[in-house]
Amino acid sequence: MPPELPPVASLLDTLTDGIAKQLADTEDPLMVGIHSGGYWLAQALHARLGLQSPLGGLDISFYRDDFSRIGLHPQVRPSELPISPDGRTVVLVDDVLYTGRTVRAALNELFDFGRPARIILAVLVDRGGRELPVAADVVATRLDAPPQAWQVKLSGPDPLALELVAAEDSA
Amino acid sequence: MSLAELQVDAQGQLRHLLSTEGLSKPLLTKILDNAESFLPVTEGAVKKVPLLRGKTIVNLFFEPSTRTRTTFELAAKRLSADVINIDAASSSTTKGESLLDTLKTLESMQVNLFVIRHGVSGAAQFFAEQAVPGVAILNAGDGRHAHPTQALLDMLTIRRHRPDFAALKVAIVGDILHSRVARSDVHALQTLGVRDIRLVGPRTLVPPSLATLGVEVIHDLRAGLRDVDVVMLLRLQHERMDGQLLPGGSAFFNSFGLTAKTLDYAKPDALVMHPGPINRGVEIAPDLAYGERSLVLEQVSHGIAVRMAVMAMTIGTQSAALEASRAGSSA
Repeated sequence: MPPELPPVASLLDTLTDGIAKQLADTEDPLMVGIHSGGYWLAQALHARLGLQSPLGGLDISFYRDDFSRIGLHPQVRPSELPISPDGRTVVLVDDVLYTGRTVRAALNELFDFGRPARIILAVLVDRGGRELPVAADVVATRLDAPPQAWQVKLSGPDPLALELVAAEDSA
Repeated sequence: MSLAELQVDAQGQLRHLLSTEGLSKPLLTKILDNAESFLPVTEGAVKKVPLLRGKTIVNLFFEPSTRTRTTFELAAKRLSADVINIDAASSSTTKGESLLDTLKTLESMQVNLFVIRHGVSGAAQFFAEQAVPGVAILNAGDGRHAHPTQALLDMLTIRRHRPDFAALKVAIVGDILHSRVARSDVHALQTLGVRDIRLVGPRTLVPPSLATLGVEVIHDLRAGLRDVDVVMLLRLQHERMDGQLLPGGSAFFNSFGLTAKTLDYAKPDALVMHPGPINRGVEIAPDLAYGERSLVLEQVSHGIAVRMAVMAMTIGTQSAALEASRAGSSA
């Protein structure tokens, strides 16, 4: 049996508080969600925090490190930053932090839009298993090394729900 | 192997792009969706993504072309690929090197994708049949047969303004007989669900036999434009204007040139498209060419995004297949 996961609503509260603390005295930060789960979360967080600058979204498909192995990702959406991250604090939001490769790709993509003053990373679930030296600044919940056969999945955007599903091909 | 089997693999992935004929609606839609995602890249601070870093693309043009070659080159560079342009019309092919020799020589330089334009119909398919696994072929125009990236950028342009293809009436006007663009457009429009397609032009350039494509053939511009949503003009080739097919550019303009007056027969908000370069005062009146209803310049920028999409998709499919076969043989 997979471990129980807390409801998303209470995790969103934790994330909102954690981000607010990080952003104390920060002027007009830019929130950016990573498609698709991170973007859904960012939509909710953006509203809760009452941020002024419109929300941005990144699809990291063009920055992935496995293109030569698996080809173009089957679902690509346009990346859009409504304002330049130049000189600004960027709040990067994703649903699950695992190997760290998605965050690496997102950081590279962000820098192609400009030079942020600071980037903070907020994630809903940190499930361990890092393959790169990446750490989140705000984490709503940690799963201590769940078995590889399970995949942490956020469904949404309305309602947002977290579940553990059997990994498709864990062979 | 048929053309359709050649360009799409068993998993439905695009491995070459030779023609819009035989491309399924989901795959065609996927290409347009991906192109849509590449559009913002060309507007960012850094107009480049690292997707094809370390990959090599060769533009192999056996027919002179500056515009098309430039957009392919720009697309490749925005994907971070290395690009080599070979003007084959003036290189070793004139020294008697065969098509196959040229391909094999370049292949041995570890090229990932060839963009090929050739005056003979079927040339791109020939290259795709001969290419080793892992090498993609992109047709940039072969004889009168096909010009798929032009048709795809036309579809992207139409979709961004009129997404409901099933409701559209489309007129393609001009030299249909010699046009690979018209053929590729017709196939793509039909696949996306357009039912009312008219081919419009003089009898010499739009023979009644073209009706076998499942379209209406009309030899009168006003009748052809009646109530259409989209007017797609074709470039009239100069070398054909002086021959027996046509008395000359001004005579064509008098009967089939698009003017404010003839455009009045189309719907009030009809879109005007042209693949370029425009012969002003031949296919279209100068004031309409870049007027507010003309999408000509939009077509050019969409062309780069569409070419980025098909380059990324075909190289991705080829690389993944090569990787899988390597993993299989070492297992």
